[in-house]
Amino acid sequence: MKKTPLYEKHITLNAKIIDFGGWAMPVQYTNVIDEHRTTRGAAGLFDICHMGEIEVKGPRALDLLQLVLTRNLADQTIGQVKLSALLNKEGGIIDDLTVYKMDENSYMLVTNATPKDRDWQWIKSIQQDKHFDCTLEDISDRTGKLDLQGPFSEEILQQLTEANLKTLRFYHFCESPVAGFPAIISRSGYTGEDGFEIYAASNVIGEIWDKLMIAGAKSGLKPAGLGARDTLRLEAGMMLNGQDLNESISPLEVPYGWIVDAQKEFIGSDALKAKQNSGIKKKLVGLEMTGRGIARHGYKVFHGEKEIGIVTSGTFSPTLNKAIGLAFIDIAFSVPDTEIAVAIRDTMTAAKIVKLPFYKRSK
Amino acid sequence: MSKQNPKDRLYSRDHEWIKDNGKGKGTVIVGITDYAQEMLTDIVFVDLPEIGKKVVAHATVAVVESVKSVSDIYAPVSGEVIDVNTKLEETPELINQDAFGEGWIVKMRLADAGERTMLLSADDYDEMLKEEKS
Repeated sequence: MKKTPLYEKHITLNAKIIDFGGWAMPVQYTNVIDEHRTTRGAAGLFDICHMGEIEVKGPRALDLLQLVLTRNLADQTIGQVKLSALLNKEGGIIDDLTVYKMDENSYMLVTNATPKDRDWQWIKSIQQDKHFDCTLEDISDRTGKLDLQGPFSEEILQQLTEANLKTLRFYHFCESPVAGFPAIISRSGYTGEDGFEIYAASNVIGEIWDKLMIAGAKSGLKPAGLGARDTLRLEAGMMLNGQDLNESISPLEVPYGWIVDAQKEFIGSDALKAKQNSGIKKKLVGLEMTGRGIARHGYKVFHGEKEIGIVTSGTFSPTLNKAIGLAFIDIAFSVPDTEIAVAIRDTMTAAKIVKLPFYKRSK
Repeated sequence: MSKQNPKDRLYSRDHEWIKDNGKGKGTVIVGITDYAQEMLTDIVFVDLPEIGKKVVAHATVAVVESVKSVSDIYAPVSGEVIDVNTKLEETPELINQDAFGEGWIVKMRLADAGERTMLLSADDYDEMLKEEKS
């Protein structure tokens, strides 16, 4: 398994290590519920070095990204982050990634860990095919990433940077040293809380981790693992690539319609138009268990006797104290409050469709 | 650190324990060990069997779920379920807090008292854990 620069720290912290798409990652340090509640109530620090970073630079960089990504990037300003989808020709989701506009003609794409090489090859093949004058570079190995998430994130990070974090808006970033090391500070995340994604060279990311842990000690900052990351993102109604999303699912069938710009032509846009015209048949929805049990990835969903779909994510929600999940189902049953059932082992267990997100922080 | 494994009961290699119910007639209390609850971490749901269910040794008698995982609890011995710990329906964390006491899972009537010989003493179970951890 591949290891992040922080692997030895996780071992020292007695983390439970799992294989996440070929990466040896900490799933929890103490327990998921504690790390989850710490992130919602104070702050959590996550090792996200496994995610991919790809630089796209050159006079035709924007043209390439406009062709491969669903979101219109024409109005993106320097210092702004945009979430977008990368589709195959059939309109299926290869990856959902964020686009950082570093400068005119200079972008950084932040990809999920598992599809990173697939993303790179796909974008590269289109660049070559269209002879776009720009370069692609996979900078994942030399780039480290930490997510600092939770209501106390700003006061913790502010101790280590001269950038004025108060004025840094959501889904915007700045380039400013953290603990003296060059870094990108992005106000964004995958937890539904305020927080930052911090990028710096992989050989200094360990030192930044240590300095953040010291700066956050008074605020109750704790390291948090992928287990808490998963329950936090699910409560916030966010999807996980490879689990809720894959190449046979289009953005129109999941709560990602908003990252598709219908006015723009991009790879997969014809397929999406055809799908729209023939009618969307399935949809990813939120569900809440009303009977006793926890829905899990892969469990079947029923309406009466009729099998209507499958659970894609399911867990116990530490904030709401109940079992929640996402399910990919027949669109006819996707209206909130529709009563459904999830087959849990041998038992049909009652559930209902609910609106996403399950949790929204008060501002 | 795990709590001491009490000597008043027998252990399975799958980290369950049985203890005499104290009411004679070959009935036992069944639970999981403190080491097992530590491995499972935050238990949030327990799926209990129906009273009267007959199980053979090593078959699933209950299911314990943490936030991340779903784990079968195997019957250490064959027999019939005669009681379940209904407190676990509302407070599954009792298993985390007191795996050897308040966090018991089911009571069973043994089908074959001779099956006890398949199980480990507290000392043998300690030995097995040492090997598992090393």
